[in-house]
Amino acid sequence: MALLEIRNITRRFAGFEAVKDVTLSIAAGEFFTLLGPSGCGKTTILRMIAGFDAPDEGDILLDGQSLAGVPPEKRPLHTVFQSYALFPHMTVAGNVAFPLEMANRSRDEIRRRVAETLALVHLTDKAAQFPHELSGGQKQRVALARGLVNKPRLLLLDEPLGALDAKLRVEMQVELIALQREVGITFVFVTHSQQEALALSHRIGVMREGRIEQCDEPDKLYTLPANRFVADFVGRINLMDVEVAASSKVLLKLKAAGLGEIAATDLRPIAVGERGAFALRPELIRVFGHRESADLKNRFEGRVKELLYLGDVTLYKVELQNGFIVEALMPNAASGRAKFHEVGDPVAVCWRQDAGVYLRN
Amino acid sequence: MNRPGFWLWAASLAVYAFLYVPLAVVVLFSFNDSVLNAQWVGFTTHWYAKLLHDEEMLRAAANSVLIALLSSVISTILGAMAGLAMHRYRFRWLPLLVLTPVAMPEILLGVSLLLFFRQVLDLTLGFMSILVAHITFSIGFVAVIVRARLAGMDESIFEAARDLGATPWATFHRITLPLILPALVAGFLMSFTLSIDDFVITFFVAGVGVTTLPLQIYSMIKVAVTPEVNAVSTLLMALTLTLIFLASRFAPDVLKAKA
Repeated sequence: MALLEIRNITRRFAGFEAVKDVTLSIAAGEFFTLLGPSGCGKTTILRMIAGFDAPDEGDILLDGQSLAGVPPEKRPLHTVFQSYALFPHMTVAGNVAFPLEMANRSRDEIRRRVAETLALVHLTDKAAQFPHELSGGQKQRVALARGLVNKPRLLLLDEPLGALDAKLRVEMQVELIALQREVGITFVFVTHSQQEALALSHRIGVMREGRIEQCDEPDKLYTLPANRFVADFVGRINLMDVEVAASSKVLLKLKAAGLGEIAATDLRPIAVGERGAFALRPELIRVFGHRESADLKNRFEGRVKELLYLGDVTLYKVELQNGFIVEALMPNAASGRAKFHEVGDPVAVCWRQDAGVYLRN
Repeated sequence: MNRPGFWLWAASLAVYAFLYVPLAVVVLFSFNDSVLNAQWVGFTTHWYAKLLHDEEMLRAAANSVLIALLSSVISTILGAMAGLAMHRYRFRWLPLLVLTPVAMPEILLGVSLLLFFRQVLDLTLGFMSILVAHITFSIGFVAVIVRARLAGMDESIFEAARDLGATPWATFHRITLPLILPALVAGFLMSFTLSIDDFVITFFVAGVGVTTLPLQIYSMIKVAVTPEVNAVSTLLMALTLTLIFLASRFAPDVLKAKA
């Protein structure tokens, strides 16, 4: 049975629906992420799980029990806030001890558990310090320790890494994964960073305008996006308007205006004449000199319009004959050569038949 | 580098002299060994000793202190509640309701309270009417100080407390109360100062039986400004300054809040 079940919840604020008929099921031990642009309703869902807000319709169940009408303090789950929300008048140890005190644990147990949890987040030596004496990353770890110390059934994390600088973010991501594995507590994480979501999660729910657009494992989400929004929001992608020219069992022929036919694969039965989009990741495209031949099903000629040398890879923007600009990412692996093509070079972009995905409108 | 020039210094000095020299004169003459406030004769603490044996004065002082204590305790509690409410509920008219007595001309407040006590409540003027009047004008000050304190705080810490298992009451006494404590102390000291100094409103609502220190001083100077008045004024001044100083220590924004 799922640990947390969200059934058809809807939340309306003055005149608009922040969350529209969302259904989710999160298993025990899972690291689940709600991903979406700001204002998509992900934080509203988190607040409803925590009990700071209530759905207008639908129900939220924890261990099969409805949480409707249960105040935040009675829910066996804790939240890590974006602003950390540490109590400024308490020491680090005092902050971490707070949930245990509220749960009326014995003094010995509190002392032991606070020490254990501070050790877990490498803050043992900061126990007697006050929040204003700590760095951003340290505050973050205190907030995590405080959320974990009373072993909640569920830990909610609202953009907890948002306030950290890039390098620290990556460090904390690694720590967060290790921590979640170590304590075995279910995490529900909210972020607008697709990179963070992909790196951390077991499963991701991508949200837009109050709805879940797709809920899948990171690799599935990346390779098989359900629609244009997901394809575009998660990672870099080329999206081309196409019409289905032919469809057999596995093989799909797509027609792009002024370009010719694109060969793709799809297991779904798709009607000829249907309109949709062809989505292709830049790193799955090879860029060749226009005279070089490639043993790849799809080959289109164009001209390098721009390039971005990034050290390990180069991002080529290639203008095709129909004016469409394809982004291709090529590793700079050849010895003695920094890049393969220059701006203005006539080139051919090629990809395997199974590289791209056809998205229905 | 932009240093204030000579004239700026001179002007500031003049302004401060204008503000503080009269006070200094009162202090000076309270130690003057002469019944007249005309010229310096010699140093004495005689007037202070005399004060200690003036029963009327002592009774007035006791009234003042008792009223100040009671009114500031009560208005700190009520003002804190008002401050919390103004912070939590964004009703547009709430701050207006709470803060109007602060901005109202004292004489207007005095007259209206007098009418209210006499015509509406039919209360015998005296200790109670003074107490209630002082609470009325102090609440607003405490509310402003408490709200200023809350405004600078991260809202999510109160949610975090609930989230971590604290009931609303536990959240209040473990988180909210300790965090607004400096504002409460400052508000208390502020109310105390306002109450012990107040003349205008007290004058209207005091009736005949009960006198406070400012009223007593006023009735004495109707005859003449005696050195004894200087002495009691000096003591009152010292008390006020101490309280204002303490209040500003507890909440640096308190002096700004009064404006």
